[in-house]
Amino acid sequence: MIILAMVFYIALEMFNDSHESRDKFGFGFIFSSEWNPVKEDFGALPFIYGTIVSSIVALLISLPVSIGVAVFLSEIVHKSVRTPISFLIEILAAIPSIIYGFWGIFVFAPFMRTTVQPILESTLGFLPFFQGNMYGTGLLTASIILAIMITPIISAITRDVLKAIPKSQREAAYALGATKWEAIKMALLNARSGILGGAVLGLGRAIGETMAVTMVIGNKAQIVASLFEPAYSMASVIANEFAEASGSLHISALIEVGLILFGVTFIINSLARLLIYSVTRNA
Amino acid sequence: MIRIITVLILAVTLISCGEKKDVSVQKPSSGGQLNGAGATFPYPIYSKWFNEYAKINPEAKINYQSIGSGGGIKQITEGTVDFGATDSPMSNEEIEKADTKNNNKIIHFPTVIGSVVITYNIPGVDQSINLSPEAIVGIYMGTVKKWNDPLIQKENADIKMPDKDIIVCYRTDGSGTTYVLTDYLGKVSDKWKSEIGVAKDVKFPVGQGGKGNEGVTGLVKQLDYSIGYVELIYALQNKLKYANIKNKEGEYVSPSLESLTIAADQSLNEMPEDLRQSITNAGGQGSYPISSYTYLLIYENQKDAYKGKILKEFLVWALNDGEKFAKDLGYAPLPPTVVAKALEKVNKIKF
Repeated sequence: MIILAMVFYIALEMFNDSHESRDKFGFGFIFSSEWNPVKEDFGALPFIYGTIVSSIVALLISLPVSIGVAVFLSEIVHKSVRTPISFLIEILAAIPSIIYGFWGIFVFAPFMRTTVQPILESTLGFLPFFQGNMYGTGLLTASIILAIMITPIISAITRDVLKAIPKSQREAAYALGATKWEAIKMALLNARSGILGGAVLGLGRAIGETMAVTMVIGNKAQIVASLFEPAYSMASVIANEFAEASGSLHISALIEVGLILFGVTFIINSLARLLIYSVTRNA
Repeated sequence: MIRIITVLILAVTLISCGEKKDVSVQKPSSGGQLNGAGATFPYPIYSKWFNEYAKINPEAKINYQSIGSGGGIKQITEGTVDFGATDSPMSNEEIEKADTKNNNKIIHFPTVIGSVVITYNIPGVDQSINLSPEAIVGIYMGTVKKWNDPLIQKENADIKMPDKDIIVCYRTDGSGTTYVLTDYLGKVSDKWKSEIGVAKDVKFPVGQGGKGNEGVTGLVKQLDYSIGYVELIYALQNKLKYANIKNKEGEYVSPSLESLTIAADQSLNEMPEDLRQSITNAGGQGSYPISSYTYLLIYENQKDAYKGKILKEFLVWALNDGEKFAKDLGYAPLPPTVVAKALEKVNKIKF
């Protein structure tokens, strides 16, 4: 209850502090792509786009990997292998995000530029997402770093959910003549609500991630189809500009970006709950 | 139960409201601890100074938070710190706001000189390239797109510039570094001034942003054919190549402590009474054009006599004896005349 009140209070405070920007730009703030602190013209669309696209691409990459890891650990390997491997994966979650950021910019981004991006362009280059300048940094690189960061969360939850499925179910499946893969498929089907829950947690982390993203996303407020191009996220623009923002309209606009980030997180979480509800209703 | 919850909610709300008000009127607790906040760029030398000074005067405990110039101005305006620090001098409106709010008068003290260098990564080019102001403006406005553009090539006759796209990198977080660069570009190009402007963060029409000096360094290092701008000390530490810039006299000058001091020296005649001066695009033989003073911000009337005394003594020490630490840390010391002017200002501090 207190937590609820605090959440409400934070939202209220952001709403109050952003009134200058809300008065000036109205709803146009959400739909404008212009962000120019010198001319005091602000619009948040490129940041909203960057945050949502990078998080969703990260989830798309991470979800299959996480489920694979979880199945491998809980259903396939022997216990003596399971513990060290799951420990290693969980340690990924303990690495500070600034370390991911530095690794991203000095090691991973050059690798993306010299290897991954040329391969993607030559194989999938007919899609608008994989064309254009190859800088190494950009939306795709940020998404992959995010995917690495959220994989431990999703896989740990998936593993726990799979573990919670009664052994008798599996034995029953085998007794009916199911192969190992069919038994795993059944277990996954029964665990789907838990897996989706884990995915939502991971998505939440991806949306709010600041440091690692800002190091590799390229920080350019633009909307282009190509995932190779630099973009910008809501959390990054707040972190980058808040300390040195001098005009009150600039600060107000940044707080409004924070408010939108809050709203986006809220909407995505609600949609995910709805999804989980609709998936599990018939279970 | 509901009543307890309501009381708790109210308490939480009241505490948070209360906190907010407290911050603006909070008096620094007495006991000799001085608090300052502001620019990150001079942080290495300031922390050296505070350390060294504490050896001389053990009573002086000075705590400095490098939160950025904007933050420093904000906090000194609110009166939450004893002194502020900024790379770009406060604007007239900012000074007026701070003075009226605190019923006081803010003084700018220049401390050291820093510079911004144009750094690049062109495979196959090992020597220092020459860049004219027009070329820099063109690159950052997106009109000069290739390294072998005539604007660049004609100034580098002995180097074969490659036929490659220039990858432009800039600082994405608001910073004094960006201010100094845009201040310079605004002086050499009217188009820059009207279309892009002079500020701590501007909208660059091309390129991508790195966070902090280390972010820009990282981008330039790993992207072939890129260009960026960082503070001199970062270029030196990371062994980045940096360009010679054409100054007002038409010579190409490499940034060095000497060429920075010349730039400050040459601007002395035009130094205003309040010491707020931009020394970018300074005249004079051998002066490097992209440099600036960094300032401490202190109120004339110190409410706490004890702290006022320590601040005053510290300033006298820093301007006289502290300047010798500047060189080792990549800053240029102030020219003696500026030191004299700043010391005159120190006498104005009353408590």
